[in-house]
Amino acid sequence: MPDLTSNTAGIVSPNPFWLASAPPANSGDQIMRAFDHGWGGAVWKTLGTPIQNVSSRFGAINHQNSRGIGFNNIELITDRPLEVNFKEIYEVKKRYPKHAVIASLMVETREEWKEMIQRSIDAGADGLELNFGCPHGMCERGMGSAVGQEPTVNERITSWAKEFSTIPVLVKLTPNVADIIPHGLAAQRGGADGVSLINTIKSIIGVDIDRMVVNPRVGTLSTNGGYCGAAVRPIALHMVAALSRAAEFKLPISGIGGVTNWRDAVEFVLLGSTSVQVCTEVMLRGYRIVEDMIEGLENYMVDKGFERLDDMVGKAVSSYSEWGNLDLNYETVAKIDADSCIGCNKCMVACHDGAHQCIFPPTDGSHVPVVDEDECVGCNLCKIVCPVEDCITMTEVENGYTFATWNDHIAGTKQLRPKKGAH
Amino acid sequence: MSQVSDERAEVVFEDFKAPYDKSHAVAEANRCLYCEDAPCVKACPTAINIPEFIRKIATDNVRGSAKTIFDSNILGMSCARVCPVEVLCVGDCVYNNMNQPPIQIGKLQRYSTDRAYEAGWEYYQAGEDTGKSVGLIGAGPASLAAAHELRRLGHACTIYEKRAVKGGLNTTGVAPYKMKADRSVAEVEWVLSIGGIDIQHGVELGADMSFTDLEAKHDAVFLGMGLGEDRFLKADGEDMDGVHGAVAFIEEFKLGAVSLDSVSSAIVVGGGNTAVDAVRELVGLGVSNVTLVYRGQEAGMSGYIHEWSAAKIEGVRSCFQTQPVGYVGNGSVTGLKCISLDESKQPIDGTEHTLDAQLVLLAIGQGKLGHLLGELDGVELTNGCVVVDDHGATGRRGVYAGGDCANGGKEVVNGAAEGKRAATAMHKYMMGE
Repeated sequence: MPDLTSNTAGIVSPNPFWLASAPPANSGDQIMRAFDHGWGGAVWKTLGTPIQNVSSRFGAINHQNSRGIGFNNIELITDRPLEVNFKEIYEVKKRYPKHAVIASLMVETREEWKEMIQRSIDAGADGLELNFGCPHGMCERGMGSAVGQEPTVNERITSWAKEFSTIPVLVKLTPNVADIIPHGLAAQRGGADGVSLINTIKSIIGVDIDRMVVNPRVGTLSTNGGYCGAAVRPIALHMVAALSRAAEFKLPISGIGGVTNWRDAVEFVLLGSTSVQVCTEVMLRGYRIVEDMIEGLENYMVDKGFERLDDMVGKAVSSYSEWGNLDLNYETVAKIDADSCIGCNKCMVACHDGAHQCIFPPTDGSHVPVVDEDECVGCNLCKIVCPVEDCITMTEVENGYTFATWNDHIAGTKQLRPKKGAH
Repeated sequence: MSQVSDERAEVVFEDFKAPYDKSHAVAEANRCLYCEDAPCVKACPTAINIPEFIRKIATDNVRGSAKTIFDSNILGMSCARVCPVEVLCVGDCVYNNMNQPPIQIGKLQRYSTDRAYEAGWEYYQAGEDTGKSVGLIGAGPASLAAAHELRRLGHACTIYEKRAVKGGLNTTGVAPYKMKADRSVAEVEWVLSIGGIDIQHGVELGADMSFTDLEAKHDAVFLGMGLGEDRFLKADGEDMDGVHGAVAFIEEFKLGAVSLDSVSSAIVVGGGNTAVDAVRELVGLGVSNVTLVYRGQEAGMSGYIHEWSAAKIEGVRSCFQTQPVGYVGNGSVTGLKCISLDESKQPIDGTEHTLDAQLVLLAIGQGKLGHLLGELDGVELTNGCVVVDDHGATGRRGVYAGGDCANGGKEVVNGAAEGKRAATAMHKYMMGE
């Protein structure tokens, strides 16, 4: 069996699957049950001056047959007494010494940071995660994303934490910024040992159109919340990859955002995460999902020949490049497998209305649409809408042109193939 | 030795439930609600973690999905085909409470287990040798499930099987539109691949080996010999050609050729699952007029309603409240003499009649094999079935039982569950725990 041991900035866990700082990691009882199911680590629900929450707190998007594909919350940090939280951290670490317990912290003044960090260390936490990301409620009080959006503030508080901490410090970054890199670098300058991202995205999950009130509704009002769940994964993957490939950024990454199963986790690892954090999928289906995550990751590693998790970290980072470096002479066309085509014509309407008008009705009396390969630009849309697995294949065309990028082209060094579908 | 012939009459049957391809399996898996403490699991005699194996199909962890199934039921590949899911897991799917189609658990289980079998994924290894040995009677589902579990725990296993084929009724008795004999035998070979399970064919308890010898050879004994021969009416003419016990007839066409060219009308007597299987099988084998004759009313049939409904759709006729009393024919049967019964199953005078039939199958129960054990101290019998406790133990030290010989004739999945349960108990017994 491959070795799933994960090491993120010196925080070691038996596998890379951590509960993110959120309701599933709210108490010692929950976290111990999660560890019993197989979770490798947990980032405790953010500790700070305990708050008062509202009802209701959560909203979700259902898309066609999928419930909760996107999710948001307006819950704040812990509402439980700090002494109870720290006592429970101590008890969890005593009973589960090999599992990672990370204290997520959010306070205001230097003195408060000093006190919270010392209490976390005294309780036995393996690391700290500075919550510079929460985009609702706490940011109105000058914390959370209000810190994460200001690189100078991020750097200053990070440096305080490093001054007071003897255990690894992760900075949790907010995605509510135009470019993630300056914020990762600010954490790095502040001396952080690693970063975790993404926190939730500032959002309005929807509107109750009968009451004409934003959701989730608190009486007659609502507020913007933090968006998460499967739908945010592409945004998270991009931000993780952007930091991973930034030459000046050197810190390890704990990846977060829309991880629902082992495949999603593999994507984060391939883009440079040494651990992955999960919240929404646990909220929707329970701690038990981790069995499949561990087993699926193990099977994947066996199939791909990885013996240790570290061997696969970042394996896809170098494939993420600039548009200007892509090969303009690489050509594909759609091929429809007549035997498996069911005749729904979804490819045809998608191509005609949403792409480049190169799929046509059959003229041979069959139900199989015809691709005009001379016009097909190889965009993938027909394959995306096709309901039959592997019915449409995007097939590489040998066109006689060699690798040539836009950068080559403007430098005048390479010849480009004739454009297709550009009438 | 145990391979089945290619000349089996059963090969004409197609699967009643077509297997899923990947896209269909994933779509159905994604429809599963992933219930916690799920009713489907409670309805499964082997308590397979059904929501978990289905979720693993959805995430494309099929190897893990099949492991979840096999961890609870090593015969998961055949149970996927032969389980009456309509009255077990699928029947209890919460979607039924929403008036929506329940999850097709059997088909999803078939998808995972078939993929595992075809890919040759290996899951289990024999445990470290304990020096203990267990003798098991009958190579059917109960003994196989028991032996596999015992091997994982490190005990040597010898199965004594009177037939030349392995798999018991799973091989010789399952309706071929659910599973054919070659698939059952293939599954047995797969189960045996754990190593260390010796099957001795042609050894019948009581005839070729005494119980005393069996007990002397092994540290524990498992009785999984199933049921006995078909019961007959004991009416004149029963020895004519064309009159068969249903279980014996089914075995005949599952393992070899049968000729039904001269049969235009066939009758199956009985109202249980063997009778319902038999009528559907005769239709599938090309008999044009197939009639089920049953003493009770339709609502009193013990055969599954979903199977009987399918039989009716396939054109099977029925004579309820009808008691066979004798046969017509001269060497070969040509008809069945019957009398009509009232609602309390009493004959109605003057209603004697004859139904044409060139083939009569009797599906009115099988004998019990308890007599093989009748003399043994501690082994109790009720209605010919071996009495066991909640762990599969008989009243005699070291002697355990499961499957049809103990439960009186249930499903493959019951045999698998009872075999595994007994294995756990035998392990504790042998290890002095």
